[in-house]
Amino acid sequence: MKYVLLLIPCVLALLTPLYNRVDPVLFGLPFFYWYLLLLVPLSSLFVYLAWKVESR
Amino acid sequence: MIDNLDWTATAVFVFFFALVTIVGFVAARWQSGDLSQLHEWGLGGRRFGPWITWFLLGGDLYTAYTVIAVPGVMYAVGAYGFFAVPYTILIYPLIFLIMPRLWNVTHRHGHLTGADFIAGRYGNRWLELAVAFTGILATMPYIALQLVGMEKVIQALGFQGSGIASHLPLTIAFIILALYTYKSGLRAPAMIAFVKDIMIYVFVIAAVIVIPAKLGGYGAVFDGAKAAFDAKIAAATAAGNPAPAIGLTLAPSQTWLFVSLSIGSAMALFMYPHAMTGTLAASSPHVIRRNAVTLPAYSLVLGLIALLGLMALAAGIKVTDPQQAVPLLVRQMFPSWFAGFCFAAIAIGALVPAAVMSIGAANTFTRNIWKPFIEPRISPEKESFLAKLMSLIVKLGALVVIIWLPTKFALDLQLLGGVWMLQIFPAVVAGLYTRWFSGWALLAGWAAGMLAGSYLCWGPTALVTAVPIFGTTFYIGLVALAINAAVAVVITAVVPGRAADETRAADYEDAARAR
Repeated sequence: MKYVLLLIPCVLALLTPLYNRVDPVLFGLPFFYWYLLLLVPLSSLFVYLAWKVESR
Repeated sequence: MIDNLDWTATAVFVFFFALVTIVGFVAARWQSGDLSQLHEWGLGGRRFGPWITWFLLGGDLYTAYTVIAVPGVMYAVGAYGFFAVPYTILIYPLIFLIMPRLWNVTHRHGHLTGADFIAGRYGNRWLELAVAFTGILATMPYIALQLVGMEKVIQALGFQGSGIASHLPLTIAFIILALYTYKSGLRAPAMIAFVKDIMIYVFVIAAVIVIPAKLGGYGAVFDGAKAAFDAKIAAATAAGNPAPAIGLTLAPSQTWLFVSLSIGSAMALFMYPHAMTGTLAASSPHVIRRNAVTLPAYSLVLGLIALLGLMALAAGIKVTDPQQAVPLLVRQMFPSWFAGFCFAAIAIGALVPAAVMSIGAANTFTRNIWKPFIEPRISPEKESFLAKLMSLIVKLGALVVIIWLPTKFALDLQLLGGVWMLQIFPAVVAGLYTRWFSGWALLAGWAAGMLAGSYLCWGPTALVTAVPIFGTTFYIGLVALAINAAVAVVITAVVPGRAADETRAADYEDAARAR
């Protein structure tokens, strides 16, 4: 379980076909940029969940 | 030499630099320990809690060079430079998984470096030497690049000069750094990291609000950057050259390179001696786990810093050296006093990693090269003294590289450094989970990876990081790592290792659960 939780953000960060495009634009930022920036806090959340699962 | 100096900016710059110098010397007294012991000088007595570790590791991750170079790549080619973001996303799951195990085992056996662990695990001095040598070799150009970052902002203050005189401010800054690192050890960068980070946050928050506002919003920033890229492509095609792979998104030829470079860089980062030093100085494995959750705050800042490169394009800043893009953007967009503040933040951002790097390299030299091969019965006091001395020599070496050799040399070595660092990954990380591999097989794998990696990087005109395979392009570091791992697996399968292993399975688990 811990390993899956850690793997998800990694896969999401490397799946370039998913995010290598301009649309939809958010606040003027192309998708490519805001997707990756949004993924940063999200990845932190996944690591936190893995920690919770582990220390249970 | 100083005719074009921006005096207001320079005064602010010097003020903040003086401030951190005082902090650096005062740090010796903080959480005081006996600095004649290596683990006190070089690991801060292993008493760093979650906050200090956060600042210290964060300081390793985004350095003066990062602040200058990442937006520089964005300025030059666009989306490809944004690999810094997926790269830093991959780092934390990796740290969460492997570093607590390394912390546990090194703590239990009194190891101070990654190579110490290797020696204990595989009972092979030559593998220990290979790991230590790789770390020191890759760290030197890294320190040199911190100086490059510092020099770019000093130039942007308007300081000009020729010959040796042009390096005078940098030399002064570096002597100061060398002296307080010598005196205070790891406590100095840990304390300075507080000041540096607050300054960097202020700079970045101001930059991502004020600069786009001046340029007409983020939409205008990206439109402007796109127009600049399109113009470059049009110019290249008109001249009869192939269109360069630049733009707001990745070209098809770049996607695998983007992915493999992110993976390879993330795997290499925590193999560097300075990153290990920062991690092993933590007071418990929980501190490391907590940091794996909270450190991504830095990645966010790094992503925003990267965008400064596109802002420079949109603002119409024209430079031949992309590394000048951010300093010039700051000077154009902010009043002098705030530009001085930003430049000080970047320059101080060079001090923290440069200090930790020189300490990491010095610890490694003392423990894994000098002690086992030259003076096995060294006293603890002499060990600490030798490391202090070594930290000076390492920094001096970096300074000499910057002053006497072209910057490109340091850049090329840094590029190779990442490829080299990856080659100790199998020994360190596999070693944390299994003792199946034999030390000699890992050593042969390391040698194969080092040779293959360096050879593939060597282009006819310049060093490159990419190699074409199966019609697409990959990061050379990962390719060399695959060769390395294959060699290690085959040799171990044929000749299993029988050397002594001083660690036990329980050493890798958290103390509470093991007992």
